[in-house]
Amino acid sequence: MENLNLFIRSIFIDNMIFAYFLGMCSFIAVSKNVKTAFGLGIAVTCMLTLTLPINWMLETYVLREGALVWLNPDFADVDLSFLSLIVFIAVIASLTQLVEMIVEKYVPALYASLGIFLPLIAVNCAILGGSLFMQQRGFENLGTAVCAGAGWGIGWLLAITAVAAVRERVAQYSNVPASLRGVGITFIITALMGIAFMSFLGIKI
Amino acid sequence: MSNKSVFFNPFSKNNPVIVQILGICSVLAVTAKLEPALVMGLSVITVLAFSNVIISLIRNTIPTNIRIIVQLVVVAGLVVIVSQLLEAYAYDVSKQLSVFIGLIITNCILMGRLEAFAMANRPWPSFLDGVGNGIGYAIILVIVGFFRELLGSGTLLGFQVVPECAYEAGYVNNGLMILPPMALIVVACIIWVHRSYNKDLQE
Repeated sequence: MENLNLFIRSIFIDNMIFAYFLGMCSFIAVSKNVKTAFGLGIAVTCMLTLTLPINWMLETYVLREGALVWLNPDFADVDLSFLSLIVFIAVIASLTQLVEMIVEKYVPALYASLGIFLPLIAVNCAILGGSLFMQQRGFENLGTAVCAGAGWGIGWLLAITAVAAVRERVAQYSNVPASLRGVGITFIITALMGIAFMSFLGIKI
Repeated sequence: MSNKSVFFNPFSKNNPVIVQILGICSVLAVTAKLEPALVMGLSVITVLAFSNVIISLIRNTIPTNIRIIVQLVVVAGLVVIVSQLLEAYAYDVSKQLSVFIGLIITNCILMGRLEAFAMANRPWPSFLDGVGNGIGYAIILVIVGFFRELLGSGTLLGFQVVPECAYEAGYVNNGLMILPPMALIVVACIIWVHRSYNKDLQE
């Protein structure tokens, strides 16, 4: 039950885009049309759901202070947490490579349209951010990590799809000032959506 | 391209944040106050300059297939050093920045510059390019932080700027400026002004 709450919280209240503004670079660049945006959203969701539990296990059984006790009781005061940044990013980078190869093999159309942004998922702040939040908040078990990861991923997917839909319409129908066209108006749309999403803040679940 | 233009272009004409649209996440997240914005700017300048130099030195020995992982490891090593230094000498600020120091690793400016410049140039121009882009990033960070702190809390670097009599006359701090969405709007305004002067950047 608690995990379900966390899952819903991660989608709406702790939304990666609207509450923390993580993963903005690819968010701005890829949200020009709904189809590509949805594809990237799915890729990010998969990556978050995969990397968070793996990094949780590494954090709990290897990196944290006293985490190596299961190996040998003498290691009780070994603290490897300064290595966590490097370990997390290595896990993320290698998994990205894997996902990239799978997508290239089985969904070449998506691969062609995502182009450079697929390898760049490795440097998508939302994914490393998820792992760092996991470390900061000290999740208690594997289920929590999976739920939070999936929730953040789906929240990101929701955000990028919504903004892409708005952008498509804006590009077609509205007369935006020339110097605000493209990137500028996207920032403002995202900000307005972020303000709307803040209305979820008071909800207790 | 001459060294001079490599250094000065990123200040305005090829600014990493408002023209290349890289590294937005941290611009939005750390700029509620001016001080963390300054620290973040300095950290990024340092990491960017040194990672550019290191990658440029070993650029001919990196196998192309695994270059992203190599770049990430170099950057991660530098970021670990910076974050440990900040925890040792500026603990309060490092607490305020929380996960965002770690997130310098995934700051797109770093990967962007490493891929686009350091992989193809000699160490000295790469160093200049790193410092130039870092400064370009820091400029935007400071502008956003300046407006958000001034309008949001009436202070600058923690010192009271808006006079007491203004508050007595009915002036109220704009609480909305502290909230993250306003950072997006401030950046959008900067882009608007910048593109009205540089017509060739308009879409």
